[in-house]
Amino acid sequence: MRFFLLILSLFAVSAANASETVVSELSKGGVSITANFDGSEVFIFGAIKRDRPVAASEGQLDVIIEISGPTIEAVVRRKERKAGIWVNTDSVEVERAPSFYTIAATGEVEDLLSESERSLRNLGLEFAVRVADEKDNDYRDAVIRIHQDNGTYTTTVTPVTLTEETLFTTKLAMPSNIVEGDYTVKTLLVRDMAVISTSTSIITVSKTGMEKFLYTMAHEQAFLYGLLSLAVALLAGWTASEIFRRIRT
Amino acid sequence: MQIYLPIAEISVNIFLLIGLGGLVGVLSGMFGVGGGFLMTPLLFFIGIPPAVAVATEANQIVASSFSGVLAHVKKKTVDFKMGTVLLLGGLLGAAVGVQVFKYLKEIGQVDLLITLSYVVFLGIIGGLMFIESLGAIRRSKKPGPPKKIKRHTWVHGLPLKMRFRTSNLYISAIPPFIVGTLVGVLAAIMGVGGGFILVPAMIYILGMPTKVVIGTSLFQIIFVTAFTTMMHATQNYTVDAVLALLLLIGGVVGAQIGTRIGVKMKAEQLRILLAIMVLMVCLKLGLDLVLTPSELYSIGAGGH
Repeated sequence: MRFFLLILSLFAVSAANASETVVSELSKGGVSITANFDGSEVFIFGAIKRDRPVAASEGQLDVIIEISGPTIEAVVRRKERKAGIWVNTDSVEVERAPSFYTIAATGEVEDLLSESERSLRNLGLEFAVRVADEKDNDYRDAVIRIHQDNGTYTTTVTPVTLTEETLFTTKLAMPSNIVEGDYTVKTLLVRDMAVISTSTSIITVSKTGMEKFLYTMAHEQAFLYGLLSLAVALLAGWTASEIFRRIRT
Repeated sequence: MQIYLPIAEISVNIFLLIGLGGLVGVLSGMFGVGGGFLMTPLLFFIGIPPAVAVATEANQIVASSFSGVLAHVKKKTVDFKMGTVLLLGGLLGAAVGVQVFKYLKEIGQVDLLITLSYVVFLGIIGGLMFIESLGAIRRSKKPGPPKKIKRHTWVHGLPLKMRFRTSNLYISAIPPFIVGTLVGVLAAIMGVGGGFILVPAMIYILGMPTKVVIGTSLFQIIFVTAFTTMMHATQNYTVDAVLALLLLIGGVVGAQIGTRIGVKMKAEQLRILLAIMVLMVCLKLGLDLVLTPSELYSIGAGGH
């Protein structure tokens, strides 16, 4: 690869608007939730493909990687003190919120892209989460804060290692309380406050084995599942009773 | 050791769950209460979604109550006839309660009303039991003839009289049926078996002997919680079999130990301990309502 870079640098004449594209790959395309699932780590790596060499004057090259989970349908409620006790009073519908959100980048996202650009791409929690009430951001901030507290949103940016403006790697953690579904991994290549290339891939999170069996049965054969749960309960109760009776006699 | 719960969709420590089940199981066996009023808030606290906690707890109570009732059947301290009358009321009440629960959920006030019902009922029952059993302990310490318990109340004046041999009672079937119904409604709304209401109601309203009360209460609770489990499993898909299994491993063992402890203790001591525990939970929930919460906002399921 170093040899390849050397060849590239030989051709490094001032080529304006050199076309650069980002290519990225994941360590895994799927996360299986098994009985001992305790979160997962995803290793994301990639390279920048160029058909022409790039001049040093073209500004710094940066990479932003965003993972967002399946969107959730929810309402946010606010408590107020009424007659001495705290009661839910107002509620606002959440228009758009990912169930999981994290960002990795070579710097602070605010420094790499303008606000309008981030807004356009729903990049960053303040744009990825939107509630029906546009007047103040209290409800939106609450959605972010609650998810942050349970570990499904991260506000700190995970660092991305960019080598020789060509290779990049990062490692992102997913907690154990993630939901099933397709997680979008979006890689943005940024130069001079402008996105010059994007690449999108999907991580499919799904239950497997016993977890999948029980989940499917609970939803598709609910009556049988309920009876089975009761049978297990009665059996366990009887077994314990018998064991203790034998111990005593 | 962590385990991923398929319905709750979170990862929890196995030993924490077994331990919680065991602790609540001991109390359940000692006092003849399902233990739901302790376990359900504990499950919320460790991060289980409330809907899953309530439904799964119902399933777990089936196991611990069944285990407990078997011990009482052997000692002949279950009044099946009284239990059946209470149960018929209980099923009617639970069916009504589930509908009320659904309605409260729609208007977004279910949490408040659950907490309020806990505080009110636990407060009244715990307070009354505490005062009464304190008096009973004082009387038993003084030498002299014990104060005669009033056996003839308004309950004895109603029609439809039945003889309950095990309880040594000849009373109308109407009061136990109404008690069962009310407990059924509360059980479904509050996500508990309802033993903590049923036990005092049987002692103070129906005038049943304390030793029979526990077994009979467990007998009724098994069926009401089994019914609730089925309702939750088929309508809300919120019964987590793995969570229930882990809780009940601890729970059934705990219930056996608790039943043995309960038999050795004096009725007044048993009642005063239950009263203290009920009052403590009441105080905790009451403070939660009054003190400023650390998070004023909450996210609820949407889609409407």
